[in-house]
Amino acid sequence: MSVFDTVQRVVGNRLSLILIGAMLLVLPLLMTSSFQMRLAVVVWVYAMAAIGLNLLMGFAGQVSLGHAGFFGIGAYSVALGPSQLGLSPALSLPAGIAFCGLLALLLGRPILKLKGHYLAVATLGLGMLIFMILSNEVELTGGPDGMRVPRVVIMGWKVKGTETWYWITGIALLISVWLALNLINSPTGLALRAIHDSEVAASVLGVDVARYKLIVFVISACFASAAGGLLALYNGHITPGVSDFLVSVQLVTMVVLGGMGSVGGSLVGAALIIILPQFLTVMHEYEHAFLGLIMILTMVFMRSGIVPSISKAIRSRRHDSNS
Amino acid sequence: MALSEFLQFLISGLTVGFIYGAVALGFTVIYNASHVVNFAQGEFVMLGGMFTVFGISLGLPYLVAAILAIALTALIGVLLYEFAIRPARGAPVFALIIITIGASILIRGLAQVAFGTSFFSLPSLAGDTPINIAGAVAQPQSIVVVVGTLAMVGLLALMMRRTMIGKALIAASNDLVASQLVGINVRMIVAMSFAISAVLAAVAGILITPISLVSYDIGVLLALKAFAAVMLGGMGKPAGALIGGILVGVGEAMTAGYISTDYKDAAAFVIILVVLCAFPNGLFGSEHHERV
Amino acid sequence: MTAILETDGLSISFGGLKALDNVNLSVRPGEILSVIGPNGAGKTTLFNLISGVYKPRSGKVLLEGQDVTGQSPDKLAGRGLTRTFQNLQVFQTMTALENVMVARHLHEKRNVLAHLLALPSVRRQREETRKRAMECLARVGMEHYADQTADSLPYGALKRLEIARALALVPKVLLLDEPAAGCNPRETEEIDEIISKIAAEGMAVVLVEHDMRLVMKISNHILVLNFGKKLAEGNAATIAADPHVIEAYLGLEGDEGEAGAVAE
Repeated sequence: MSVFDTVQRVVGNRLSLILIGAMLLVLPLLMTSSFQMRLAVVVWVYAMAAIGLNLLMGFAGQVSLGHAGFFGIGAYSVALGPSQLGLSPALSLPAGIAFCGLLALLLGRPILKLKGHYLAVATLGLGMLIFMILSNEVELTGGPDGMRVPRVVIMGWKVKGTETWYWITGIALLISVWLALNLINSPTGLALRAIHDSEVAASVLGVDVARYKLIVFVISACFASAAGGLLALYNGHITPGVSDFLVSVQLVTMVVLGGMGSVGGSLVGAALIIILPQFLTVMHEYEHAFLGLIMILTMVFMRSGIVPSISKAIRSRRHDSNS
Repeated sequence: MALSEFLQFLISGLTVGFIYGAVALGFTVIYNASHVVNFAQGEFVMLGGMFTVFGISLGLPYLVAAILAIALTALIGVLLYEFAIRPARGAPVFALIIITIGASILIRGLAQVAFGTSFFSLPSLAGDTPINIAGAVAQPQSIVVVVGTLAMVGLLALMMRRTMIGKALIAASNDLVASQLVGINVRMIVAMSFAISAVLAAVAGILITPISLVSYDIGVLLALKAFAAVMLGGMGKPAGALIGGILVGVGEAMTAGYISTDYKDAAAFVIILVVLCAFPNGLFGSEHHERV
Repeated sequence: MTAILETDGLSISFGGLKALDNVNLSVRPGEILSVIGPNGAGKTTLFNLISGVYKPRSGKVLLEGQDVTGQSPDKLAGRGLTRTFQNLQVFQTMTALENVMVARHLHEKRNVLAHLLALPSVRRQREETRKRAMECLARVGMEHYADQTADSLPYGALKRLEIARALALVPKVLLLDEPAAGCNPRETEEIDEIISKIAAEGMAVVLVEHDMRLVMKISNHILVLNFGKKLAEGNAATIAADPHVIEAYLGLEGDEGEAGAVAE
């Protein structure tokens, strides 16, 4: 049992990367329409943001109800970089991520001192403030109508088409998973898990709790802004809606539904939250109500989320058959 | 001129401030009874206004529609507790946050389907002839809002002191375990607290709809502003919640008047962020020592 | 040798109640100082003040002669002071080994970028950390529990796990809050051995403990608290004979038989 766990932990990292890579390769063969591929791009992008948020929620135990704000900053930076600073769109993306990281660093310091409800409300307020700025600064952002995002051109090649973006966002997702797993299995990851389990014990053992919360807040903001930037580059158009409160709620739901602390879970959560409403066409107008219902049901009946619940069930079955 | 302008802002600030105060008071009632922060509180305001609008459109008299709306909202409050909060008792704080946010999204999603996305209004209870106060103009409904809110708060205070349920609520908020030991039915008490706070919010919704209109999505902002009020007034302090609400309302009106109407909603968030960051336990909250 | 840890007039109150009032103590490397007293005497509060979990209202904490009053627990850990907890604070979701590895934190390079990219140096360091953590588990006789998650371990093992975790930090001062509470006589004896051994290696140990047999046996020095104040101070023999101590503990004066039991 314990040997199995250790092996799983060491092999597990590489295995989940291989599994996701295989899925990326196989999916296009199964897809029958460009609409499905479009959906896949959106899922990859949201999964990236959800994985980042999961680092914050699942490992450091800190809730953020304003992550769509960082998503929006990433999205608008690829539109504003070219139009305001004359940067190329491809260069605007890393610039946007860096800007977002810096902003999270500055704002995170006071905000992360808060706990529980206070933290939830402060991040909610922060996200809404960003939404408000994006909607109100019409001269800069085009207001509620949004603005155009120029196409990425790399050495004369215009990056366009859903299939191209399928691979770009798919690889970005793979990199995100790799980075997240690395972090989780590093001393930083261990320190974060320690903070999650007992802040006071972590701190008497030398873990600078405030510093680690800040680090993971910045990293998760960078993940969200990278995702937002990619979505904007793919869509070619962006509105303040990307940073709406509902998007923050969607991200949180992806994390808790898939399973807090499970990187694969965030991918599953993102896929379900994006795809389910598309399939249930009757449900379409009930999309938001449905989202709320999922949140309540998950927290009441399956608090650890889909992926951890399934892997626990498999493990206990294996345990039973062994004994 | 400058003075009448200021007075004008003050009047509109006080009007919405009383509404925020009422919603914040609802937060406090639930928090004291159960230590749950109900993020769906703003939706109760929306429901109060919406149900009344639709009751009237069905041909019911104003008063009947309003009473039905209040009763219906209170019922939804109790259902929220029974089916979403109670099954998760003992859950960590984040789970309760996600549940009440989920409830808020669920209610507003259903309202969107049922009522559509347009704005609705209600006729003013005190007519439409504006009142002139030293150069500033007040809507008659503003006075209804202030008087109505105060009356409601007074009634609540009376109920808390005089009735068994009120006394049990106070006992439960002082010490949940001890109140269970003396035989208070905590389930009933917490359900009551959800009903009371839904009533507070629904009445606030009915009072404010003639001025600021109602649509399916007004809840989140209202809840946030009420939370800002609670922050200012100190968590769990009823009088503080009311005063905090008035401060947020006035702060918002001044922001709209002197800075920019675009950012009037930002005032509440700035208050939240500044208060929280300067005083991590709230303005009047006491320092908390974790036992280890 | 001079004292490594000293407190000077340490005081704090909660809601008007003086939980700790003007407490002085001093302990030298290799010494075991026990703090005893009835429940609510302020022993754990004293630990919370020294380890930086609470900030004192007045008074000073000196570590190696330097004023460290009010510094955060992680800063103090960096200076070589750590502690265990009366009501366990193990990392429930981690294995025993991982619990101990957390405490090697300060001995590792903490470059987050290197962690994100999983550079080979990070992996090498992990192996070193794992090895050291295993040694610490072995010191408390828990190596066979290494891969079990903490929430599946028996209570006595968790008590020793906290000690192993603290040792992994390689502290100069170790505060142990009731390490033998809830342990059976055999486990208590093991803990007694562990404490004596680490003190013999030159670590200063401050011990809060209710098991008088253990306290009387291994302490170089004893400090008795009652209602947040110092009641008595001295070696085991003086404390056992002190009438104030006997009264505080037993609520009656000069009962020879009972006092004898305390002194045993």
